[in-house]
Amino acid sequence: MRLGLVIDLDTCVGCHACATACKQWNTSSITAPLTDYDPYGKEPSGVWFNRIRHYEIGDYPNNKTVNFPMSCMHCENAECVTVCPTGASYKRPEDGIVLVDQDKCMGCNYCSWACPYGARELDRESGTMKKCTLCVDRIYDETLPVEDRQPACVLACPAHARLFGDLDDPESVTSRAVRERGGYGLMPELNYNPTNHYLPPRIRPAIPTSDLPRGSLARKVKEWVNRVIER
Amino acid sequence: MNPSLAVIFLTLFSGAGFGLMAMVALVNDFAIDGGLSPLRTTILVALALLLVTIGMMSSTAHLANPKNAWRAFTRWRTSWLAREGVFAVLFYPVAMAYLGWVFFTNTDRNDGALVLGSAAALIGLVTIFCQGMIYACLRTIRQWHTPLVPANFYALGLALGMTILAASQMVVHGPDLILASTACALLVAAGVMKAIYYFWIGAPSGTTLQTATGFTRGPVRLLDQGHTFGTFLTHEFSNCISPARARNFKIAVYGLGFVAPTAILLAAAHMTLGLGVLLAPVLAFIGIGLERYLFFVEAQHVVNLYHGRMPGSLPHMHPALRGGTVRPAVAGKPRLVPSYEKH
Repeated sequence: MRLGLVIDLDTCVGCHACATACKQWNTSSITAPLTDYDPYGKEPSGVWFNRIRHYEIGDYPNNKTVNFPMSCMHCENAECVTVCPTGASYKRPEDGIVLVDQDKCMGCNYCSWACPYGARELDRESGTMKKCTLCVDRIYDETLPVEDRQPACVLACPAHARLFGDLDDPESVTSRAVRERGGYGLMPELNYNPTNHYLPPRIRPAIPTSDLPRGSLARKVKEWVNRVIER
Repeated sequence: MNPSLAVIFLTLFSGAGFGLMAMVALVNDFAIDGGLSPLRTTILVALALLLVTIGMMSSTAHLANPKNAWRAFTRWRTSWLAREGVFAVLFYPVAMAYLGWVFFTNTDRNDGALVLGSAAALIGLVTIFCQGMIYACLRTIRQWHTPLVPANFYALGLALGMTILAASQMVVHGPDLILASTACALLVAAGVMKAIYYFWIGAPSGTTLQTATGFTRGPVRLLDQGHTFGTFLTHEFSNCISPARARNFKIAVYGLGFVAPTAILLAAAHMTLGLGVLLAPVLAFIGIGLERYLFFVEAQHVVNLYHGRMPGSLPHMHPALRGGTVRPAVAGKPRLVPSYEKH
């Protein structure tokens, strides 16, 4: 079994709901807390397992904004585990989830150097490395209804841009999505063989705007006022 | 990468210590220049142990959770960091046995001294290799993922060790052409090796923001990093140095680390400089310390690509993202969008 996420870059709206849901669940979960530094001050920062960045691809007018959530890819060739000198980082053989044993970590940062995806963050308060657990305490919790046994980020996504499943099972929702939509892993040239995959934006014809009906008089006045009072 | 003093001192001092041990064993094993006296051997091995200890102590300073440091020896099957720890700890009993043997038998010419000295030197050399591989095995950092890294660690450690040995001999016994010329040869070799490294890391890398995001058919630009202030990633990985500043540093590295020590050793080989000859190892330490700073600060982790930095280009980065202090004028602007403007 190879559990992981498939993220649809076509439908992701970049709302950061997955990141906040992740933070909310995991700050009281198995590697809790996700410490915040200066949370209400001038320089807010802290530990997050999931970060969303925003890119523009292509040149105007053939450009597109792509929102790009990134968390641990639970790589098959997880070098963060290979380089760990203490044995705190490990990859579970049964489902491929990469975890950090908080009782063994000495906070040397070496695993974060080995990770190309920036998935690991040191918690300065506990002095240990923390990372996405794929909500391992949710997905196997039999007291939850079956449909809730998914990572918090997947449940929170309003655009259903995040899929969770077994990438080894060719008929799982994730494997099918990767097959049908041309899903890919990031930085293949580094050979980390990430489990998480990304679905590229669908190619659609641009929506023509030249044939739009001319606006009413009221609308023209509104647009004129908007232009005049801008800045 | 974040040029933390703890790691700079670890590699600098322990490298010099292992290099010194190797050179002491070499000079005694082959009786180069008649070998060293037992007293001098004892002092130099003790100095090597001291240098290694300074390195090891400072390395624990960069651990966020040092109470688990003892676990760092357990994963030697896979981790170069664990291997380095194992060999560094193994070095102590053997080097101390050598030191004790030479001290109590009052000779460094017998079989016991030969075996113990060579074993200590070998373990030290293996430790330098492991230390270099800690960095060289990381595919995420192009400037480190090269066999030149362990090769440089060897060349610099041995050059430092031999400079210390030659200077310590000449400060007491006056001019010594053989030891001085050996030290000069090692310094020149180390300087050439480092030059090869500096040319190599100027080459462009294969990984770009395009392969990092998978959009390889067009330009990709960062619109927003998604965080308002620095993160662990920006603190740890976004340090950088401008090409002009790096060039000045490299001039200082070569001037202080290689040219000045070589000149002092050459002069000391022909005339009595007294305590002045000790300037050679001191300057070499400063120069190679600057080299180690550059080694870290020039290394660029691929995760920087996701923050909009292309390989070989200087980051256009808000000081807050580098984890540095923020002036009030810029602290009021929470949107840290690098150089992106509407057309």
